[in-house]
Amino acid sequence: MIELIVNDQVVRMDVPPDMPLLWVLRDHLELTGTKFGCGIAQCGACTVHLDGSAIRACVTPVGSVAGRRITTIEGLSRGDALTPLQQAWIAHQVPQCGYCQSGQIMSATALLAQNPNPGDDEIRTAMAGNICRCGMYGRIHKAIRAVADGAVAIWDPAAQGDAREVQHG
Amino acid sequence: MGKWTRRAFITTGVLGGGALLVGVGLRMGNRNEELAPLVAGRGEQLVNAWVKIGQDNAVVAIIPQCEMGQGAQTALAQMLADELDARWEDVSFMEAPAEDAYANWSMAKGYALAGVNIPPILEGSVNGLLFQATKAMHLQTTGGSLSVRSTGVYGMRVAGAAAREMLLAAAADAWQVDSAELDARQGRIAHRASNREAPFAEFAAAAGRLSPNAAPTLKRPEDFKLMGRSKPRLDIPAKVDGSLVFAIDATVNGMKHAAIKAAPVFGARVAAMEDKAARQMAGVVDVVNLDDAVAVVADNYWLAEQALKSVRVTWSETDNDDRSSEGIFKQFAADMERDRAGGTSTEDLARGDAQAVIGNADNVIRRSYRVPWLAHTCMEPMNALARVTASGCEVWTGSQNPLGFKHAVAEALELEPERVAIHQHMMGGGFGRRSRPDVAIQAARLARATNLPVKLIWSREEDVRHDFYRPAVLSEFRAVLDERGNPLAWENQFVDKHEPVEAPHIPYDVPNQYVHFTDSPTHVPFGAWRSVDHSQHGFFTESFIDELAYEAGRDPYEYRRDLLAHLPRHRAVLDKAAQAAGWDQPLGEGRGRGISLQQSFGTIVAEVVEVTVADGDLTVDRVVVAVDAGFAVSPDGLKAQMESGVIYGLTAALYGEISIENGAVKQGNFHDYGALRMDRAPVIETHIINSMEHWGGAGEPGTPGSAPALANAIYAASGIRIRELPISRYELVPNRA
Ligand code: FES
Ligand code: FES
Repeated sequence: MIELIVNDQVVRMDVPPDMPLLWVLRDHLELTGTKFGCGIAQCGACTVHLDGSAIRACVTPVGSVAGRRITTIEGLSRGDALTPLQQAWIAHQVPQCGYCQSGQIMSATALLAQNPNPGDDEIRTAMAGNICRCGMYGRIHKAIRAVADGAVAIWDPAAQGDAREVQHG
Repeated sequence: MGKWTRRAFITTGVLGGGALLVGVGLRMGNRNEELAPLVAGRGEQLVNAWVKIGQDNAVVAIIPQCEMGQGAQTALAQMLADELDARWEDVSFMEAPAEDAYANWSMAKGYALAGVNIPPILEGSVNGLLFQATKAMHLQTTGGSLSVRSTGVYGMRVAGAAAREMLLAAAADAWQVDSAELDARQGRIAHRASNREAPFAEFAAAAGRLSPNAAPTLKRPEDFKLMGRSKPRLDIPAKVDGSLVFAIDATVNGMKHAAIKAAPVFGARVAAMEDKAARQMAGVVDVVNLDDAVAVVADNYWLAEQALKSVRVTWSETDNDDRSSEGIFKQFAADMERDRAGGTSTEDLARGDAQAVIGNADNVIRRSYRVPWLAHTCMEPMNALARVTASGCEVWTGSQNPLGFKHAVAEALELEPERVAIHQHMMGGGFGRRSRPDVAIQAARLARATNLPVKLIWSREEDVRHDFYRPAVLSEFRAVLDERGNPLAWENQFVDKHEPVEAPHIPYDVPNQYVHFTDSPTHVPFGAWRSVDHSQHGFFTESFIDELAYEAGRDPYEYRRDLLAHLPRHRAVLDKAAQAAGWDQPLGEGRGRGISLQQSFGTIVAEVVEVTVADGDLTVDRVVVAVDAGFAVSPDGLKAQMESGVIYGLTAALYGEISIENGAVKQGNFHDYGALRMDRAPVIETHIINSMEHWGGAGEPGTPGSAPALANAIYAASGIRIRELPISRYELVPNRA
């Protein structure tokens, strides 16, 4: 029997201690917001927080985190309120397919928790473990920057290329 | 403007409860040749878009395109709502269901059962062409960057405009006024003279009984209210809190999990299998031999994977067991040489007499380029959940072609297609890979073999090793310059021609051109990879024209520009990119700029890439994109697609290589099939030109120009000419995945 604190809830499960946390979350706890992307700590899709720090759930044996606090994307927001980063993700229209974005948001949240005002290079380095095959790195960077700078995250079409450059040809 | 309305027909019906339903049939400019005779011969067309207006004034756009991240569904809903003059807040969309296949008569039948009156014109299509076309083509494909340029222009706008006209006519009738005195605005109809106003819903039922105008008037661009504006994408909120259910997240009661290993060498089969250890593991349900693959079905995915590792499989020998990348490229070269010597290649394009000019010239510039196979590596690994019962088979998956999947699964299980249901999910990337039904078929076979619902997930290694790859290509050029340095003759021979047919053709004004190809088949499965053949030929032709510019001692931007006098749109796009990039501003030591121009899927894109090459380390600093897609329905959406396409193309150019060793793919995961990451990603700026010419696609056209612009920039910065991809072969790229 292994005990974990997942999103502030104590859960006890009969699972082998070498089972990766990723599959415990997805297949046992049905918390499917945490994604499988590579299984070898290369892509960041499975990023969750262990006591507030970002870890790769795909290579974390559940036995090694027994009794510890795990936060997943589902546990990030309090109630219905999205976190500023999640709001910034909407404001900057970050996701394309969206599959990598749980991991991106978990990594970015951990970054800002440890370093509330990172430099651009610090953002780039901290986020390099998260692949986005849709290539939304520029938008992810801007969204993190906006939160770090304390910008209010509101969708503003005027700032998003709404100006129509009509040229009759 | 009448051009496309003649190609469409419109039909209406009243849904139970008095909602108006308007459908549009259209003849798609489909690139699939099999379909053309069916459509052309019968004067019948494909039902393609629907709009429903409910009594609560809610507007539902029913969209036949799948969402793989490109934002197509939001853009399509915008097009429909604008023509309808709906209030954006009232608009939602649903994806056309695949089990009652859209563009298929069973969908129409479904509506008929719900009380829709199908007019005779639709019945003909429904029972005749649609059924045939569906059977022949299983057509519900998302690809070819078609969403906006085909479904949107020919379907969604017409449906919206027709519905608007009918609502106005019904209101005119109800109020006993001339419809010319009425305005539609924000989901309401107003009578100017009397200030009388009512919501659309009030007239929905009456409108549904009117005959639709076969050619409704579409808005002029200056009247667009939603088109051309960046609207927040409707699918994004569910993508920031983990709540979106991708197919990999789907569950059904009693579901088991499967892991799979397919024969490493394409074409090999299971010769022998030792699975005793796996079967003895607690929680393992079954080990299934699928002929060309072995799968373990278990209580959870991790267990299935662990058990699979203990299964010993002997694979059959094949003729390809000794094939390697180098051997295949040698085969390409030998086949091309043979064709050249014997004059046996296939002509692709001929203008003037390039061979004679080259044959008589003293100074012929020859270059050879090659690109490797590429995998798609969608972020969401391949997966499908299937359940087989006495009544049929259900599959939960993300597909670029749900209707095709339905038929493929039906064929594999020898079921009537009506007994297969595809539950479509939003995709964690598609890029062409999810147009292939292989994983859905495997899941269905496992579900039938075990009599249990089974969710099959491919490991990333399976995904990398069993893709339908972007084909490897060898491409050779010969050119002769005139006294001013402009190309007088251009000859290009390459291996294997696929789609789109125009991919190898250059826009530049060269009087003598000869493009030809040599068939040189390999055992490596191939398929569509974002931008299809443009991704290879864009690199070849835009690298070679760059080399010619340097040979002529000319500026590569000016050189291209001079050869585009006959194509003002192309020239304007090229100019825009060059200006925005500050082409004439010198860069410091070790830095350089490269430019490219490529038209694909109806959209013209120019890219300027800026790099730094210092101490053997390459940095891609900045990419400036200029794009003319005719009209940007959602400017921010188009920009996002350009950013995405550029990163996809740069990733492949820098790191992308699938190589063949002993008949099998060598790479397996992101550590050896690398992806561009944020620490090395450039800043990307996109500049949109709305030429108002033919509307083009968005999902693919950003990709082909990035590799050549990058290679050209590296040359400008370092004098190193990249003629083989990926660039990591040149030891400019530190080999971190
Ligand atoms: S799935 Fe864990 S890092 Fe990729
Ligand atoms: S949004 Fe698709 S992988 Fe990042």
